[in-house]
Amino acid sequence: MLTIVFDGVAYGMLLFVLACGLSVTLGLMNFINLAHGAFAMAGGYCTVILVNRLGVPFVLGVPIAFLVTALLGGLFERTLYVHVYARPHLDQVLFTIGLVFMSVAAVDYTMGSSQRFVQIPDALQGQFDVFGIGMGKYRLLIIAVCGLLTVALQLILAKTRFGSRLRAAVDDQRVARGLGINVGAVFGVTFAVGSGLAGLGGALGAEILGLDPTFPLRYMIYFLIVVTVGGTSSIVGPFFASILLGIGDVAGKYYVPTLGAFVIYAIMIVVLIWRPQGLFARSTAR
Amino acid sequence: MAETPAAASPTPVLADDIAAYLRRRARWSPLEIAFWIFAFASIWLFPDKYLILKDTAILALFALSLDLILGYAGIISLGQAAFFGVAGYFSGLVAKYGLINEPVIALVCSGLVAAAFGFVTSFLVLRGSDLTRLMVTLGVSLMLGEVANRYANITGGADGLQGVDIAPVLGRWSFDLYGHNGYVYCLIVLFVCFVIARRIVYSPFGLSLRSVKGNPLRAAAIGIPVKWRLVAIYTIAAGFAGIAGALLTQTTAFCSLDVFSLERSADLLLVLIIGGTGYLYGGLIGAVIYKFLQDWIATLTPQYWQFWIGLVLVVIVLVGRERVEGAIAAARGFLARLGDRLWTRIRPRSAALGGATDGR
Repeated sequence: MLTIVFDGVAYGMLLFVLACGLSVTLGLMNFINLAHGAFAMAGGYCTVILVNRLGVPFVLGVPIAFLVTALLGGLFERTLYVHVYARPHLDQVLFTIGLVFMSVAAVDYTMGSSQRFVQIPDALQGQFDVFGIGMGKYRLLIIAVCGLLTVALQLILAKTRFGSRLRAAVDDQRVARGLGINVGAVFGVTFAVGSGLAGLGGALGAEILGLDPTFPLRYMIYFLIVVTVGGTSSIVGPFFASILLGIGDVAGKYYVPTLGAFVIYAIMIVVLIWRPQGLFARSTAR
Repeated sequence: MAETPAAASPTPVLADDIAAYLRRRARWSPLEIAFWIFAFASIWLFPDKYLILKDTAILALFALSLDLILGYAGIISLGQAAFFGVAGYFSGLVAKYGLINEPVIALVCSGLVAAAFGFVTSFLVLRGSDLTRLMVTLGVSLMLGEVANRYANITGGADGLQGVDIAPVLGRWSFDLYGHNGYVYCLIVLFVCFVIARRIVYSPFGLSLRSVKGNPLRAAAIGIPVKWRLVAIYTIAAGFAGIAGALLTQTTAFCSLDVFSLERSADLLLVLIIGGTGYLYGGLIGAVIYKFLQDWIATLTPQYWQFWIGLVLVVIVLVGRERVEGAIAAARGFLARLGDRLWTRIRPRSAALGGATDGR
């Protein structure tokens, strides 16, 4: 039972790191980015190439994956996404789905369609046994890294100048612009960091989530659940939503394995029926 | 946009005048007649292309269903595949277990089942913003996919539903290997459904939908029950999607889990975007273009055609959907004028009427 909670928390933490960038882009620009998973996949494959082919140590490979995807995200934001912000939601959906399709086929072409694994150093394999609860070392690492990241993100958002600019821009873009905040630049940086975080999550999570070309499609719905259930006004909401989703999914797959992801979709729909507007009250009120 | 003259009804005019106006709008134009004549002529024109033509007809019907809710009611949906799949499995199962042997009756029943399902889920979809709608529609179809996978003893799971034996249509025409009867059957169903859809969108009900799309608040203020109109069109569209799904199962005698896939819904959006939304023919023309594009790309790169489909989506959005649709609308306008002019040559009397009505 506690093992499930433990695994669920690790899974949820991972989902949070993957999805927090999405919640910020959605909250800030009211932009539906279905291609967020593609960046996560990019991070995952980047680590696979670095660690498995070039022999870069795992500990170094993951931060590099972060940087590469952040750069990639920044590049895409400046060149492509920037044209689509002002468009209706339908256009955004079409555009990002198009990107997803392209990324899926491109990765299939370059890396093959089979599932890939990152070689994890021996020191991180195996598990501890604490009071009869089996805790995988790797999952413990994920929890530690993601926990630290969450605290760091929260601190950046709450304490730094950039964080207050970002929050101001999320709250009211026009007023923030009027106060001289360069919303476009803030958004570009946030998008890049968000993509980088997704890449980091993809790199760390390749082992648990499984990495193959259909990754963006398979996990798209998970990211969206985190964002819709958690709301977009802070990162605390998505955090709790991801933990809940992680535990729910692991428990669901453990207790009723035949139903698969059914539990998650059911939870999501129930939440959306329960609070359809409440979750988005801020963005729709504008 | 094209809907403004329809949505904003002229100030104080007599009811007769409005009725006459509506009748004029709903008249079949020569171009439409030509379109359908050509569609039916394709049965004899392209005898070696029946399979792709059949798929195109099914896709066109499916796109028509999305156009009803997206183009006429403004609901973005990524879950139209749910109804497609439900009816697909339903028609497959009733045929497999011999509950309803007659394909046409089974088709109608499948449509009704999908419509009932659409009615139930419409209440979920009508709440919330665009994103919530996307999520819920997508969630519903994914959930159904999981359910179909779970009850593999009934649905065949990942292997698909096999052993479906479809009886001859109306007891006379069986589905042959070359797909001739299958295509004719699909085309007739498409035409019947199109006529129904056309009737719906040109009715006062269809006009009220357009006004809801234009501005729900104002529509409510002039006494249109916004919620129920949306529920109604969502249900109807679900029925059409269901008929498309049932057609696919009946003509292929097979149904697999991918009827619920996200790709199916996403492709559908692409079809509609290619053809343009909100004028019924968008789905049909889009389906033709999409199928032949897909066929062409697939012969070039069998495995990676999805990349090019994605590229088309991205380019369409970057170029601007309005511009793409504008170009299509311009082409349509040109063809319509051309058609009218030809019509004038052939029948001067009806042209005189047409000329007089254009002034409004």
